[in-house]
Amino acid sequence: MTFNGVAQIVIFFLIVLALAKPVGIFLSRVFNGHRTFLHRPLRWLEALCYRVGGVDPEQEQRWTQYAISLLAFSAVSFLFVYAIQRLQGFLPLNPQHFGGKQVSPDLAFNTAISFVTNTNWQSYAGETTLSYFVQMAALTVQNFVSAAAGVAMSVALIRGFARRESKTIGNFWADLTRATVYVFLPLSLLGALFLCSQGVIQTLRPNLPVRTVQGATQVIPGGPVASQEAIKMAGTNGGGFFNANSAHPFENPTPLTNYLEMLFIFVIPAGLAYMFGREVGDTRQGWALFAAMSALFLAGAFFCYHFEQRGNPLLARMGIATQATASQPGGNMEGKEVRFGITDSALFATVTTDASCGAVNSMHDSFTPLGGMVPLVNMLTGEVIFGGVGAGLKGMLLFAILAVFIAGLMVGRTPEYVGKKIEQKEVKLAMVALIAAAASILVFTALSSVLRFPAHGYWNPPGPAAANVANPGPHGFSEILYAYASTTGNNGSAFAGLNTNTPWYNLTLGLAMFIGRFIFLLPLLGIAGSLAAKKRLAVTSGTFPTHGPLFVCLLIGTVILVAALTFFPALSLGPIAEHYLLFSRHALAAVKP
Amino acid sequence: MRYLSPAFRFVLLFTVLTGIIYPLAVTGLCQWWFPHQAEGSLVRAKGRIVGSALLGQTFTGAAFFHPRPSAAGKGYDPMASGGSNLGPTNPMLLARVQAAVARFRRDNPAFRGPIPSDLLTASGSGLDPDISPAAAYAQAPRVAQARGLSLILVRHLIGQTTQPRQLGFLGEPRVEVLRLNLALARLAPAGPATAPRSRPAM
Repeated sequence: MTFNGVAQIVIFFLIVLALAKPVGIFLSRVFNGHRTFLHRPLRWLEALCYRVGGVDPEQEQRWTQYAISLLAFSAVSFLFVYAIQRLQGFLPLNPQHFGGKQVSPDLAFNTAISFVTNTNWQSYAGETTLSYFVQMAALTVQNFVSAAAGVAMSVALIRGFARRESKTIGNFWADLTRATVYVFLPLSLLGALFLCSQGVIQTLRPNLPVRTVQGATQVIPGGPVASQEAIKMAGTNGGGFFNANSAHPFENPTPLTNYLEMLFIFVIPAGLAYMFGREVGDTRQGWALFAAMSALFLAGAFFCYHFEQRGNPLLARMGIATQATASQPGGNMEGKEVRFGITDSALFATVTTDASCGAVNSMHDSFTPLGGMVPLVNMLTGEVIFGGVGAGLKGMLLFAILAVFIAGLMVGRTPEYVGKKIEQKEVKLAMVALIAAAASILVFTALSSVLRFPAHGYWNPPGPAAANVANPGPHGFSEILYAYASTTGNNGSAFAGLNTNTPWYNLTLGLAMFIGRFIFLLPLLGIAGSLAAKKRLAVTSGTFPTHGPLFVCLLIGTVILVAALTFFPALSLGPIAEHYLLFSRHALAAVKP
Repeated sequence: MRYLSPAFRFVLLFTVLTGIIYPLAVTGLCQWWFPHQAEGSLVRAKGRIVGSALLGQTFTGAAFFHPRPSAAGKGYDPMASGGSNLGPTNPMLLARVQAAVARFRRDNPAFRGPIPSDLLTASGSGLDPDISPAAAYAQAPRVAQARGLSLILVRHLIGQTTQPRQLGFLGEPRVEVLRLNLALARLAPAGPATAPRSRPAM
């Protein structure tokens, strides 16, 4: 670790810390329908949305109605995205003349689920598959609204804790509209302009072939990238315009854009944590969640940074520098960009998986085993660390419920959290959510590790499902585990060596995304509805305080314990086994060409 | 129907708002305020476009600074951006780097010590326009000799082309290979052994 590297990580954290409160206050005002500084320029747009949508924003919904609205909106979105992709050949803004040949039905299914669930897993390479129209009218739209729907669900859950003896948890259409109009549109507009000023392209010209200095032909791609890039980060979507995602210089040209993209990922989730405390009437409760998230974030970032900077001992033996100097980054640079070096690549990998973003600025597949385990574990814990707008604060609140439940068992009292009794129903729903996610990851990973399909068949042309991995040994298993962890967690980043554009993977990964979004989140809405109906209990001397260091530690412990008990066997087959292989003489024997 | 009707209306509404109006508005503003960047930071030399300042391109021969290995297509193909995705224990990675080390040592006999870590590893995008300053200095003696320039001059040129950390602390110092090679070509336009000339003589 270098002084500069540590400083970059610490300064990043301090900026997030400084933004949490103002952003949280802003969000809380927006979702309560209060005036903000954006009211004057944008109020008319909000009103227009309600009029066109034909809804009354004041009409409160029960949790079931809220959930059905969400499902209806997602279902229609899914059909739209599927249809637009399949029909791209007949639609405008298609200078490369892509058609249905590029987008098979199973790929279109996968991509549609992927963007509707805020996962943005990509089984395709954007620059050679999708027209500008699809990127804009299908994918950019879902970047906005799937994120807005995610925020809406977080807000509904917060209301569940905040309200007392209430049958309703807000109005989905109002939350969706407010998140889009007051949060994501202005943020993306500013972000896109700034990104473009740094070099992110924004053009509708077709790809431009040029002759390079040495006379070869190189095609300079075009496309409306900046507008998609900004919302891709702010909405923790992560689906890149190009295959290389945020490693591509046209998506992420400078260290400054890189820093900004990471801040965009964290700013709303951090604000939501503060908003939670504010809404339940005790900001310390929000800061306690924030503290638990911060501790896990910093631990992950420095762990990943350490192992990436340590580098690959097998390459070091061939004479590649691993020590950082003033003029070169050292460490494991395979799959990383020079402008980001080791620090910003490790930090980005941690941030993008702490939140459910999934954009990548370096190839996680080429990370060292333990460096690459950090993003994997972040996703396996359910992306509770700041969490992103897709599946974020919600996950941490779920663990908070479990933590007070466990604490309650230990002292033999009915558990309470922020004044609400946590009873059988809430704990059961929380367990449904957790078990569904874990089962999706582990069962699909196991199936893909052992299932054998006939070669050149329909389901998986390469043959056995495990034949799609790009790397032999434990690393190949890590690729499969990472894929299902990423899709179930609605993250979307990848150990990209795995070839997933076959019907088997497109369908099972699509299913995993569906489970991760809906089977994980609907129980949470149920919890919100059940909590909202309860009385608020007065704080007594017997109340377990949930705002102090003791609770923060208990919460962190619960997150780690649940993840460790569930996933340690799988992790030991993948990254941990590979780590010992890498540092043992046994592996070196295989190196000699 | 009570739920499907608003669902349809909202999807349509947001498709128009965020899928058409928003990107077109951004396109308009960017083309107006930052036309150079919005079009891809294109670089011109001798009156024609030779590439983008942000995308690396292949350079071979002793007289040019070489970029990093690229996993994008056959090398620096923006239509196939991406990394090698080879894991740290993959024999293919190890064999590739082993071969690159041997080639580098052969081509740069003047260089001793550990090779800068970025120079022989493939980038994530396959389009990395930069190399580290150390990776440029490591190639300086070879380039100077091939061009008949003094080593001091070439090293000075690298120093001039080096971009420091942004805002003083962000990212890593870096050298843009295309810019460095164009500056080099301006300095010694018809050097005795620039790549196009040396070939017929061989």
